[in-house]
Amino acid sequence: MRWRIAIVLVCLMAAVVGLQAVQVRQGGPLAGSIENVLYVRSPEAMKRLALSYDLVLADIYWIRAVQHFGGARRSADPNRRYELLYPLLDLTTSLDPYFRVAYLFGAVFLSEPPPGGPGRADQAIALLERALDAPSRQWEFAQAIGFVHYWWRQDYEQAAAWFQRAAKYPGAPEWLVPLAATTLAQGGSRESSRLLWQEIARTADEGWYRSSALHRLRQLDAMDELDRLRAVVEAYRQRVGSAPAGWADLQRAGYLRGTPVDPAGAPYRLAGGAVSLDPASPLNPLPTEPARLR
Amino acid sequence: MRVVSSVALHVFKESVRDRVLFGLVGFAALLIGASYLIGQLTAGQDVKIIKDLGLAAIATFGLFIAVFIGIGLVWKEVERRSIYALLSKPVRRHEFILGKYLGLALTLLVNVAIMTVALYLVLAYLNTHFTDNARAVWPAPAADPGMLRAIGLILLELLVVTAFALFFSTFSSPFLSAALTFGLWIIGQFNADLRNFEAVVESPAAGYLARGLSYVLPNFAVFDIKTQVVYALPVPFSQLMTTTAYGLAYIALLLTGAIAIFARRDFK
Repeated sequence: MRWRIAIVLVCLMAAVVGLQAVQVRQGGPLAGSIENVLYVRSPEAMKRLALSYDLVLADIYWIRAVQHFGGARRSADPNRRYELLYPLLDLTTSLDPYFRVAYLFGAVFLSEPPPGGPGRADQAIALLERALDAPSRQWEFAQAIGFVHYWWRQDYEQAAAWFQRAAKYPGAPEWLVPLAATTLAQGGSRESSRLLWQEIARTADEGWYRSSALHRLRQLDAMDELDRLRAVVEAYRQRVGSAPAGWADLQRAGYLRGTPVDPAGAPYRLAGGAVSLDPASPLNPLPTEPARLR
Repeated sequence: MRVVSSVALHVFKESVRDRVLFGLVGFAALLIGASYLIGQLTAGQDVKIIKDLGLAAIATFGLFIAVFIGIGLVWKEVERRSIYALLSKPVRRHEFILGKYLGLALTLLVNVAIMTVALYLVLAYLNTHFTDNARAVWPAPAADPGMLRAIGLILLELLVVTAFALFFSTFSSPFLSAALTFGLWIIGQFNADLRNFEAVVESPAAGYLARGLSYVLPNFAVFDIKTQVVYALPVPFSQLMTTTAYGLAYIALLLTGAIAIFARRDFK
């Protein structure tokens, strides 16, 4: 009798697993299924509903925010949207007002321009300003606000003002004072950008943030190399009278020893006398530089 | 006192034999372990998330143990008619109630202790995966002994909940006792809102009534210092002492009430 029950159980389990496999093969939920829904958007209501589970709910909303951002970013849909990102971050930080990473990473997520993010630097600043009442490390949030002004809004006066303000908070690192001065004097220059990213890469405590900073540094290096390569192409054009057809022409003329590759290892592209990143390079798209400094 | 302790020991042994109890403890340990995996789903804050989940799991599983075992403490004896045999022995009614309560309190203490050890082990293990640079920005160390303050207050809160469950089980059915206990636990989370009720209602009488109720109904929110310990925020010693005294006073009140009701019950 026991054997019969065991066999029936095994058969039923196999049927369940098999049917689930069929469903997966059929391509998941049907068209029209609602995936991106946020039933409660009011932080006040959610704080009431959380009872004593506010921290755990904040964690859940934070995980949802990360998954929403990552999912939309990796989506092949050209009309990808990040409409839930700010409400999710708002709920996260309302339930747990001391959630440091949610403010810092959330601001990075919100600031990223389309298609890699929603491009909402204003929301990023609003989120970070709420964090300034944190019990410690307030300088990080002030520096992050300065960073959003610097990198995404290219408002160097505001950026310098926030870096100065960050430097005044207890425990602020010494490099914020020269950063504020450099930003004010030569804001938008690659050197001041490099200084900013280098400090973030050096001090970031989370792997994701550090690799993001290293990625930006590689992009800045690529921009420097592109400038050098364009100068080489121009020199060739002046000497020969026409643009080089490819890297081989520049090698034969003695300008280069080999095919130049970008810091990510992808070869640069030379087409019609114009030098650019290879479309397949992971460094795409390069950040936009302010017109006055180009 | 010997009678009380022998009743308590009996309750503890019965709870340990209860498969649901083992299942809950095992599930709690599993959840704490799984929280490590959940930490992998997010960008940073693994230690914080595990602390949050661990503390919430301890509170939740303790709550279920307190309510679902607490409501059956007296009712089961009456239902099985074993109460007649018990009361025919030299066991006074108040000793029976106190023994039942202390037995479940011991069960909760052991369970919370096991869950706490499991949480600290997961945190200590996780701590080895981070660099000094990453640890430097944590508001508190991974296996922070300061968390014990929050766990202590969770245990005290569970003891108050147990006292409520036992109190209700002396005169009502298990279903009603569970509903009343859970209901009071939820209301107890909104105690601060009751105090401020007069700000949202026009009737001064309703405001005064709500304010009065806020003093009488249990304030379970005061036992929650999870945010403070996770972020290493200051928790004044005086507040810990006041909360402990408040919890103990409430337990004494409920046990006295339970004894008074049980003493008047007619089992003929």
